[in-house]
Amino acid sequence: MTQAAYQEDLPLHEPHSFWTKYVFSQDHKIIAIQYTTTAIAVGLVGLVLSGLMRLQLGFPGSFSFIDPASYYQYITMHGMIMIVYLLTALFLGGFGNFLIPLMVGARDMVFPFVNMLSYWAYLLSVLVLMASFFVPGGPSGAGWTLYPPQVILQGTPGADGGITLMLVSLILFIIAATMGGLNYVTTVLQARTYGMTLMRMPLSVWGIFMATVLALLAFPALFVGAVMLLFDKFAGSSFFMPAIFSMGKQLAHEGGSPVLFQHIFWFFGHPEVYIVALPAFGIVSDLLSAHARKNIFGYRMMVWAILAIGGLSFIVWAHHMYVSGMNPYFGFFFATTTLIIAVPTAIKVYNWTLTLWHGNIRLTIPMLFSIAFISTFTIGGLTGLFLGNVVIDLPLSDTYFVVAHFHMVMGVAPLFVVFGGIYHWYPKATGRMLNDTLGHIHFWVTFIGTYVIYFPMHYLGFIGVPRRYFADEAYKFIPESAQGLNEFITEAALIVGVVQLIFVFNLGWSYFRGKRAESNPWHATTLEWQTPQTPAEHGNWGPKLPVVYRWAYDYSVPGAAEDYLPQNVKPLGDEVDNDSGGGVLAET
Amino acid sequence: MSFLSQIRGKPWLPDDKNQHPAPSTKALGVADEKVGLWVFLAVVGSLFLIFSNAYVERREYDDWRALPELGLLWFNTAMLILSSITLQWTRILENRERIKIGLLSGGFFACAFLIGQLCAWQQFADMGYLASTNPASSFFYLITGVHGLHVLGGLVALLRTCLKTWGGFALNQVQLSVSLCSVYWHFLLLVWLVFFGLMFFS
Repeated sequence: MTQAAYQEDLPLHEPHSFWTKYVFSQDHKIIAIQYTTTAIAVGLVGLVLSGLMRLQLGFPGSFSFIDPASYYQYITMHGMIMIVYLLTALFLGGFGNFLIPLMVGARDMVFPFVNMLSYWAYLLSVLVLMASFFVPGGPSGAGWTLYPPQVILQGTPGADGGITLMLVSLILFIIAATMGGLNYVTTVLQARTYGMTLMRMPLSVWGIFMATVLALLAFPALFVGAVMLLFDKFAGSSFFMPAIFSMGKQLAHEGGSPVLFQHIFWFFGHPEVYIVALPAFGIVSDLLSAHARKNIFGYRMMVWAILAIGGLSFIVWAHHMYVSGMNPYFGFFFATTTLIIAVPTAIKVYNWTLTLWHGNIRLTIPMLFSIAFISTFTIGGLTGLFLGNVVIDLPLSDTYFVVAHFHMVMGVAPLFVVFGGIYHWYPKATGRMLNDTLGHIHFWVTFIGTYVIYFPMHYLGFIGVPRRYFADEAYKFIPESAQGLNEFITEAALIVGVVQLIFVFNLGWSYFRGKRAESNPWHATTLEWQTPQTPAEHGNWGPKLPVVYRWAYDYSVPGAAEDYLPQNVKPLGDEVDNDSGGGVLAET
Repeated sequence: MSFLSQIRGKPWLPDDKNQHPAPSTKALGVADEKVGLWVFLAVVGSLFLIFSNAYVERREYDDWRALPELGLLWFNTAMLILSSITLQWTRILENRERIKIGLLSGGFFACAFLIGQLCAWQQFADMGYLASTNPASSFFYLITGVHGLHVLGGLVALLRTCLKTWGGFALNQVQLSVSLCSVYWHFLLLVWLVFFGLMFFS
């Protein structure tokens, strides 16, 4: 029996009650929606925190409830929430869960029960993290990088309960991500339908697959770091804690190495950048292709680039640590690998752009967000080339230039893909279209706002304004004009922040009042649009799995009745005749 | 077809091979559970690899004082080896009653290993080596603790296998579970041997 036939014959555990259908569901689509809504909810918390941060920076001293301690707590929680609990969870748990089985033609994930546990562990990790707002001392204010020794020292905000809850929450998140990741990888490897060879998989699946591999191999580093920090804090060990005076007396710690923690943390931290970037790369490729009615340029190169970036992402981590005092040859090595990883990344950017070239572009909301992604990702990527070089990084390190860089390249850019992806797949998930007018308002304000917020930050960085400072006014080297710029950025950030509520409103309103969606509103080729029902029912495909005859990018095929051929459409007459290879399709 | 030759494919060309879907996309030709286990072992392997990196790095500092060798740890190692061998033997069995014996004795040796590890903690603590005493002893508690939790998790899987065996599940299902357990056991044995060597003989 073939693998696909085996999957076809597996019994489907049809849920019978409300609880098993919508709450403790083992259906990947429900779990995806649970992941997505939880991530968006916690993301809104992160958004509010960034607004509070900007209030202090734009109007220092005007708000009595923001003191240095709470400011650091906003920074820390904003960073951690956005990177781990929003982007990672949404891309892998949200899009990964929804898209993988539908796109490879499976009935569900291969381990549905583990998949359900994954969501509940994630929810628990979010609740534990949120609980830290309510313990004495509040959440940790150590920065999302959690550097020892200050992370667990008295005097750092949240050094008692806050940091403990954060580390426990991270450990829970890693367990959740591992349980989910086992499913995503195994499903891609095992549960593809008839004819779905690896090279017929849409790039979304490739991106999410590789990101999951990175997550499975990199999150253990964060796990090790978190457990060892907890040991230092509670068991009195000295893995990371050097001999240190705190609050006027010498602590019992001795001989530990804070730099060791930095290595462990960034061995997780850099792949983490690609854990959120690779799914974005994959998804945006599919969005661009579908909405430009053109096959993705250089599919094979795109797959190879995803694999190459995944591999290289494990040997660039120390470029986050140039200022920690390292051997110059060590720095040279990491600067070189960092520049090398720009090559496959640049290939992808060229290929996205060339996909648009001569395309029949439809400026739908998903397309607008995809083009915006190319723009912000390129700008942020270029500043990455600056920072990747040791000599340029040293003066720019810990300035707003870095803040501008990573927000453009791994904050806003993947988020645009999240938005684009949600506008694109919302009809399949709910059976209704999102409102277009609200979408346009959301897009334009967010896109223009991004540049208004982050472009000036590059200049702040050039004149040396340090990041993480609670107040800038006491420093002679910071000119007064910086304050004017900060005020301007804050005003823009607040407007962009409020506009995100329009998006959230749109999600809720369209669910009840949105225009009914046809089963394939974007005329896309990939399998998820070919389900018998919209939204797809439990089991996705009815009694028989779909059979795949072609790759995922047959748009504007000459001779076809419509301008696209879904993956499960049998070969056309002239395609069959043309068995010498090359020929018609190669030129499309 | 190997992974490398697959990703050299040109899916956009309408050549014969692509016209008709392959009768099977038969991915790796093994059970889903096996693939899942191997992926999980990669995760656990990564975890312990990073622990060993941290261990080796931290060892280079001046304040490092190695732990004394403990005879009990040899006994524990023997228990884990016996457990692994027993499960490997159980894996090739066809007779349900013998499988039961194999599972019980494998579980027994694994429990003996865990109890032995707890005794080792006690002995080190009695000798004055606490988690806070020096980095070597901190690592000992940390790594044996994390390793022990993984063995404990394995015992849960073994318990489920027992329930299947006693509960009259089909023999091939039981055998699949047993073989998954044995692979996991061998892996944890390997991890333990590496750390045992790293902590006391290097």
